[in-house]
Amino acid sequence: MAHITIDGREYDVDDTENLLAVALSKGFDLPYFCWHPELHSVGACRQCAVKSYRNDEDEKGMVVMACMTPCSDGGRFEIDDEEAAEMRAQVIEWLMTNHPHDCPVCEEGGECHLQDMTLMTGHTQRRYRGAKRTHTNQDLGPFINHEMNRCIACYRCVRYYRDYADGDDLRALGSHNNVYFGRERDGAFDNEFSGNLVEVCPTGVFTDKTLGAHYNRKWDMQNAPGICTHCSLGCNTSPGSRQGVLKRIQNRFHGEINHYFLCDRGRFGAGFVNRDDRPRQPLVRNADGVLEPRDMDAMRATMEEVLAATTGMIGVGSPRASLEDNYALRNLVGADFFTTGMSAHDQAASLAGKAALEAHAERIATLREVESCDAVLVLGEDVTQTAPRVALSLRQARRNRHLELAAQNKIPKWHARAVRDIGQYNNSPIFSATTQATRLDDIVIEPQRLRPDGIAELGFAIAHALDNTAPAVKQLDDDTQALVDSIAATLKGAKKPLIVAGTSLGDPAIVHAANNAMKALAAANAEARLFVTFAEANSLGLAMMDAPDIEQAFTAIENGTADTLVVMQNCLYERAPKARVDAVVKKAKNVIVMDHSLNRTVGEAATHVLPAGSFAEADGTLVNNEGRAQRFFQVFIPDAPMQEGWRWAADLADVAGRDPEWAGMDDIIDAIVADYPALAGIKDAAPSQSFRKFGMRFPRSPHRYAARTALYANVNVRERRPTVDADSPLSYSMEGYYGEGQPPSTLAFAWSPGWDSNQAAITRFQDEVGGHLKGGDPGTRLITPGTDTAFAPADVTRVDGWQAVPMYHIFGSESQSARAEAIAERMPEPVFRVNAEGAKTLGITPGNDLSLTIDGETHAFPLDVDPSLPDQTIAVPVGMHGVCGVRLPVGVEPK
Amino acid sequence: MEQTKVLTQRIRDDRAPVWIDDYINEGGYEALNKALSDYGPTEVGPLIKEAGLRGRGGAGFPTGVKWSFMPRFEDRPDERPKHVYLVVNADEMEPGTFKDRMIMEGDPHQLIEGMIIAAYAIGADMAYVFIRGEYVECQKNLQRAIDEAHAKGYLGDDILGSGFNLKIYLHMSAGRYICGEESALLSALEGRRAVPRHKPPFPAASGLFGQPTTVNNVETICNVPHIVKNGVEWYKSLGHNKDGGTKIFGASGHVAKPGLAEFGLGVKLGDVLEHFGGIRNGRKLKGLLPGGGSTPFLTPEHLDTPMDYDGVGAAGSRLGTATMIVFDDQTPIVGVLKNLEHFYAQESCGWCTPCRDGLPWVEKMLIGLEEGRGQPGDIELLDLHVKLLGPGKTFCAHAPGAMGPLEAGLKYYRDELSALIPDDATTLSLTQAANANPL
Ligand SMILES: Cc1cc2nc3c(=O)[nH]c(=O)nc-3n(C[C@H](O)[C@H](O)[C@H](O)COP(=O)(O)O)c2cc1C
Ligand code: SF4
Ligand code: SF4
Ligand code: SF4
Ligand code: FES
Repeated sequence: MAHITIDGREYDVDDTENLLAVALSKGFDLPYFCWHPELHSVGACRQCAVKSYRNDEDEKGMVVMACMTPCSDGGRFEIDDEEAAEMRAQVIEWLMTNHPHDCPVCEEGGECHLQDMTLMTGHTQRRYRGAKRTHTNQDLGPFINHEMNRCIACYRCVRYYRDYADGDDLRALGSHNNVYFGRERDGAFDNEFSGNLVEVCPTGVFTDKTLGAHYNRKWDMQNAPGICTHCSLGCNTSPGSRQGVLKRIQNRFHGEINHYFLCDRGRFGAGFVNRDDRPRQPLVRNADGVLEPRDMDAMRATMEEVLAATTGMIGVGSPRASLEDNYALRNLVGADFFTTGMSAHDQAASLAGKAALEAHAERIATLREVESCDAVLVLGEDVTQTAPRVALSLRQARRNRHLELAAQNKIPKWHARAVRDIGQYNNSPIFSATTQATRLDDIVIEPQRLRPDGIAELGFAIAHALDNTAPAVKQLDDDTQALVDSIAATLKGAKKPLIVAGTSLGDPAIVHAANNAMKALAAANAEARLFVTFAEANSLGLAMMDAPDIEQAFTAIENGTADTLVVMQNCLYERAPKARVDAVVKKAKNVIVMDHSLNRTVGEAATHVLPAGSFAEADGTLVNNEGRAQRFFQVFIPDAPMQEGWRWAADLADVAGRDPEWAGMDDIIDAIVADYPALAGIKDAAPSQSFRKFGMRFPRSPHRYAARTALYANVNVRERRPTVDADSPLSYSMEGYYGEGQPPSTLAFAWSPGWDSNQAAITRFQDEVGGHLKGGDPGTRLITPGTDTAFAPADVTRVDGWQAVPMYHIFGSESQSARAEAIAERMPEPVFRVNAEGAKTLGITPGNDLSLTIDGETHAFPLDVDPSLPDQTIAVPVGMHGVCGVRLPVGVEPK
Repeated sequence: MEQTKVLTQRIRDDRAPVWIDDYINEGGYEALNKALSDYGPTEVGPLIKEAGLRGRGGAGFPTGVKWSFMPRFEDRPDERPKHVYLVVNADEMEPGTFKDRMIMEGDPHQLIEGMIIAAYAIGADMAYVFIRGEYVECQKNLQRAIDEAHAKGYLGDDILGSGFNLKIYLHMSAGRYICGEESALLSALEGRRAVPRHKPPFPAASGLFGQPTTVNNVETICNVPHIVKNGVEWYKSLGHNKDGGTKIFGASGHVAKPGLAEFGLGVKLGDVLEHFGGIRNGRKLKGLLPGGGSTPFLTPEHLDTPMDYDGVGAAGSRLGTATMIVFDDQTPIVGVLKNLEHFYAQESCGWCTPCRDGLPWVEKMLIGLEEGRGQPGDIELLDLHVKLLGPGKTFCAHAPGAMGPLEAGLKYYRDELSALIPDDATTLSLTQAANANPL
């Protein structure tokens, strides 16, 4: 603690912080550029100048940079000081000597930190009369636009990209007033977190190209608190829309999950919402196999006939749809006829994951906690591809060693370059065992490449080494035993060890092994943490719904106990091999699908299609990988008759004569909670529809939202009454209460007076800058401690001979984002991979096709050599760019 | 005035390098023998401190004090970091400065011997010489000297049976002035952009590759063997005033006999000028930069200034590298300033705003003045830059250095500069100026 004075006001503050962070936390408007709450201080821009006085007698003081000034006890500082203010205004004037002043055509305009800081310093008239330097811009691929002339050389981009995200292909090039921030040559950024540059850059150098394709200003967007649906981590997003078009995804700060950063799949993967080929009308397949539109009355009549004639419905839920959508389906088909829509092996792995979380309910790591762990063991998961954001967090975890070295040398934690310089290549230990080389290997100690059974065994062996009452595995060779012992010793010696595992290899044994290791660790160290990743945005939520997997739906049709499949936002072809699905579909009399995308099930299998809203057109609750229930809200109202999946299911129930009478989200949530006490927490994930602050709703649009009355001028010049939201306490307008005391889960966008940029404006909603949201980070943890505390048996399923293992890719393996244009451009070509020995044995020259039968399905892709793969192991591209629906890992017999 | 040749005592008139046999014949490596046999590793530093040796790289920081910041591991060998480094700054990019070059070309073993003793004194096991890229001859000669020293057991493991180990590596700079700033130098050595580092932490706590490091100038290090060999009293007696020892002085510009000469510190400025033949072509002195391009002007009124750290400081400038750039009375000051600021603007590393964007503006204003396109207010804008590019305002000392001569120029030659603004010039609006009066 330190007692300091800022502008005459006295504060007791954290003495490990710098003055800029403290001043911002205390609500002062102090301009800055190079500092960032996650990237900390480097003192480059000289924008945060303040006056510092040595002691009470000192009257002259000295101009210092607040971001480089420790808050030591007795410090006396003036922000409101003539000399400091002159310096701050002058810094802007210097920056303006080369800045092109092209705000009117700049996509940053209106949410530009440079505009804000210019205004804040009061600089108005430029005295420089020289020519400005110009740069050439680069084509940076489908995600990001580059306009280097706007650069103010704050170095944030390279500090984020290189020092934080460990990227290599963005550099500061050139020198003096000709520094250039770009790649060696044109091309897309290599790093999976490049999109954050558009928010990290305080100017319009790096902007969102997917927004640029249909641009409008921040103040003209209608937003909502969103949850990313492209993996299980549940990063918080702020999707922005205008006139029924989803314009962009921005980061929405969550102090325990994504904080300031998203992955590129999450940021650029939402384009599927705007696709022309989405079903927008009820559709019925005619005799020629073509889907024909129906108006609502006709469709109702059709559905009455269908439901009256059916001999039995079976529901296929979806791990990527909300609890509400799934529950409404369950209500429609009946509890006994609802399936989770997960494949059997995915469900088994997900249940194992859920059990592991329950066994360690108090030790589940949030992403933020991952960053504070000082020794990590990753079992099986190629996180960069399957749960991308945690890879970025692990990269911060390895820097804890840097912070330790810094502390030993009395270097404050915010002194970013000094921490990096003393840290160098000394990392906190990260161990990882995966089936093949991963993008995290650069920070992993001796990366292990094993088959799934080997990974599980390694985990069991480590658990046994940590606690000899944990079941042992068969005799290990000396090298492996030495490795196991050293990993165990490192984890044991750590202050806060972390185990990461997941379901992507489809092998529950890996999760059991992680569970055992965790148990062994936790016995000695209460700080030990567990992080489990799941396949999809609501996999854990579905695992909590206690229903059978999709197999039951298939068998019900196959053995004739049901004749109608009702599918909620799922694609059957992602869950089982094509031949199997085709047969089921052929046998089923009706395949009724409620979905928002033209996936294969809609296109080829559905007899009846009801156009459901995507995440942007619906409200709902998702349970992320830490068991946190989080609500997302409708961003815009889709054109009728499109509506939420759960409303379609409720309508169908009404058609069947069982109207659940849900007026809105509150009612369905009550129904869920009544059926599932374990899900009671979802009610608190966000305030109810009737919640008001000072009698007001919470706006979806910033208060400068322009031209509202003119929006529908082509239809009617009178201003329309904004639609009243029956599902949430948000308004479809700029009216309402915004600011201090607003429940954080209802914060649709970040803005505060003088601070228009997303990453800076959010400060005013945080308990301290970069910390947590005032009122608590949104969401409620649902996982309650389980009763099963025994070690799992160290059983693994071994496959002799060739084995096919899944190979994921951030762009392609998740089917919704794969339908976004920008992501599709970045999807890799499908290849099978084997090691060199494997290629030799198979007698196939790399580049030529390997034809491989997996799970009864044959695929031919070029063969690629990946020396990291274990012997007799074929990596199979899974996802929209490769194969869907096959069971992996599985034994194969390549010919 | 007679020179006091200590550092330059072995330099041949024809500048042929002194190789190891001659070096030893002329008393070389005696100091190393003495240091290793008579002094413990922690006893050399205090000797240097007592001698009062100050850094010859420009800042004049007491060398013995700097060395005393190095963490010692004699009592806790377990905590000894992987490496402790000595880095010799041979970048010598300061305008008008060419003293280190003479030593490295002509007497490379003097530097090597100095480095071995310095490394011994600070507990370093690895040493780098960071050499200006253009100094190809220095590199060749130093490399041969290193190899010779190795062959004789002065370098490598267990030097002269003392148990002390040292390796020396040469690194050729890719060539930026800022690489001479010691912390930017460390960044460059690590293979990063040559951007300075903020202090604290000082290199002694976190230097090269995050390890304890001392950076010293070539000339500084060359003083070390002489102090060890001849003692503190002898060393102190070489200076005329408080600062002991000798200094290599240099002169370039409008002097009759430009070059280098060695005098005891505290010699009078007038005497040094006289040694270099005074102002050429019978002209008079207008002003001079006493210690390289970033030291403020001294004028004819300063000829009695004692050339040591305090003396030059009292006259409003800095001793710097003690290599002066001299201007005669027919030199337009605006051209001098413009050339200097062009250099500093171009050599800005681009890290901090005031330097990166302020210096080019300063340069352009000076060009405008020189070309008769100045406007009322330009002189005040230059004043503003002097103020806001001063120490503490910018990230490192580069920009304040650049402001040294400008500030003094505005002080001593203000009327001359103001007179460059045409009488009929008015302050134009931004657009008018851009059209009518582009810089
Ligand atoms: C912009 C700048 C350039 C510098 N260039 C050099 C140089 O070329 N050679 C040098 O020895 N010191 C140079 N210095 C000084 C060094 O930073 C450092 O003070 C010196 O190397 C320390 O050695 P010393 O204590 O032996 O003088 C420069 C300093 C600055 C700010
Ligand atoms: S590109 Fe943006 S983030 Fe990078 S230095 Fe320029 S202004 Fe800063
Ligand atoms: S895909 Fe996963 S990691 Fe990426 S933004 Fe979405 S939730 Fe976060
Ligand atoms: S003053 Fe700033 S821009 Fe100039 S050289 Fe130093 S750090 Fe670089
Ligand atoms: S924010 Fe403090 S110097 Fe850039």
